[in-house]
Amino acid sequence: MTTAAIAVENLSVSYGAIKALRNVSFTAEPGAITAVLGANGAGKTTLLRTISGLLEPEEGTVTMAGVAITNEKTEDIARRGLGHVPEGRGVIGEFTVEENLRLGAMAAKVDLKAGLAEQYEQFPVLGQRRTQHAATLSGGERQMLAMARALIAKPSVLLLDEPSLGLAPLVTVELMETIRELCDAQGLAVLLVEQNAKSALRIAHHAIVLHLGSVAANATASEVAADEKLRQYYLGLAE
Amino acid sequence: MIDLLTSRVMGDIFLGVTQGVLYGLIALSLVIVWQSTNILNFAQGAMAMFATYVGMTLLEHGLNYWACLAISVAAGFVIGGATERVLVRPLYGKPEINSIVVMVGFLGILEAGAVAIWGGTSRIITSPFSLSYFQHNGKTIFLSPFAVLQIAAAVTVMLVVAGLFRFTKLGLQLRAAALAPEVARLLGVRVNRLLTLGWALACSAGAVAAVVISSGFDGLTPTNMDVYFVFGFIAAAVGGLESPLGAVLAGVLIGVLQQFIVDYAPSSWASFSPVLILVVALMIRPQGLFSKQKARRV
Repeated sequence: MTTAAIAVENLSVSYGAIKALRNVSFTAEPGAITAVLGANGAGKTTLLRTISGLLEPEEGTVTMAGVAITNEKTEDIARRGLGHVPEGRGVIGEFTVEENLRLGAMAAKVDLKAGLAEQYEQFPVLGQRRTQHAATLSGGERQMLAMARALIAKPSVLLLDEPSLGLAPLVTVELMETIRELCDAQGLAVLLVEQNAKSALRIAHHAIVLHLGSVAANATASEVAADEKLRQYYLGLAE
Repeated sequence: MIDLLTSRVMGDIFLGVTQGVLYGLIALSLVIVWQSTNILNFAQGAMAMFATYVGMTLLEHGLNYWACLAISVAAGFVIGGATERVLVRPLYGKPEINSIVVMVGFLGILEAGAVAIWGGTSRIITSPFSLSYFQHNGKTIFLSPFAVLQIAAAVTVMLVVAGLFRFTKLGLQLRAAALAPEVARLLGVRVNRLLTLGWALACSAGAVAAVVISSGFDGLTPTNMDVYFVFGFIAAAVGGLESPLGAVLAGVLIGVLQQFIVDYAPSSWASFSPVLILVVALMIRPQGLFSKQKARRV
């Protein structure tokens, strides 16, 4: 039995009096995409932010490859190999494409030259725009930059928060294919938060559905996709 | 050539540049704090003053000028870092007015503290370079060996700072920590350490200016950095808070303009002129003359 890349146990998080997560438990395996689905306010982003140390849990634990990271600082968790592409992408608009990528490589102490070459090969448009300020990129290009910046650090776990937000349907399809390719090729454990449940379930191996901060379903992606009740009530995918 | 160098216009330029680089150095220290923490440090001049008094005290115990400069810079580093850790850190994420109020209050505490410890009278650090202007065939070139040192010090500090922010990993991380601290943390950048370092570096750069000012004719008092701070602040705003080069160039511009006004107009206009430059510059280019950033509303 392999050690889970991320294991979350009984995680509860509150914003003051509001409970955002209630006893959430699940595991994400290496080389697999785990889709985190649910309506607005279900607690998807809160879950990712808690895993990466941006939020403090009230209760519960998070372990990464068997090591407890619950009370570690965000930067230390990142240095352990957790990449997090936040909602809105988080590219630094004032930096050039290459500066954003250099920043991503710094803490991980990877070979910068090789890392840049690899990312430019994976995302050729970034190579063409390497001296351009990130603020001038299109939405799809920014998403690629955000992912490349996380990937250049060679993470073992990648958290993606709404990567398709604001992208054209065709770009979303391409993006999802890229995520799946990266997962397969690099053995990454990917936690994919998506509003677009259909796209996410198409590439995911596993899925958890959150509803008002609790886990409403935790099953394989195909099982979730086939469950009419989940599709109808939680994912807005009624036939 | 000598006629040109000894002309009235060149005299004004030399005197203006000599004064202006001091404004530029203070502006530069403001830019460092702004670039690393997005805070305007209203106590910048007073922190530099306090650091220089520390160095000056040791000078009185027999240390030489360069040791005094090194100790003042080191004291500035410690004061800047400690200020960030103790006073500034609780202000992150709070409304901008909070940091302004705290830093103005800190300015008052530092000045009162300096009066209590070292007294209010002016103290001068004896410079190893002459303050007398160069002479040639009985004509004066309004530039002294010390003024040359002053200009060289400003240019050196500016190049070091610009190089740090532009070309080093540390500079990139400092800028990232200021622009997007959460994203920087997600990328493994130790943001808190960098914010402390940014303040420490800024106060060190300010201390270089204060030591140079203390070596001039006026010497150092607990409050005379206030004037330099005001003109330095104007230079930073005119040059652009994101541009180390712009800060120093704007400082020089203000110094030269002031000198021409002193020479050709009623001297009372000299204090007014930097404000006029600020107003005109902000009307033309609100983000600063040398900044590549877009203007932001505060």
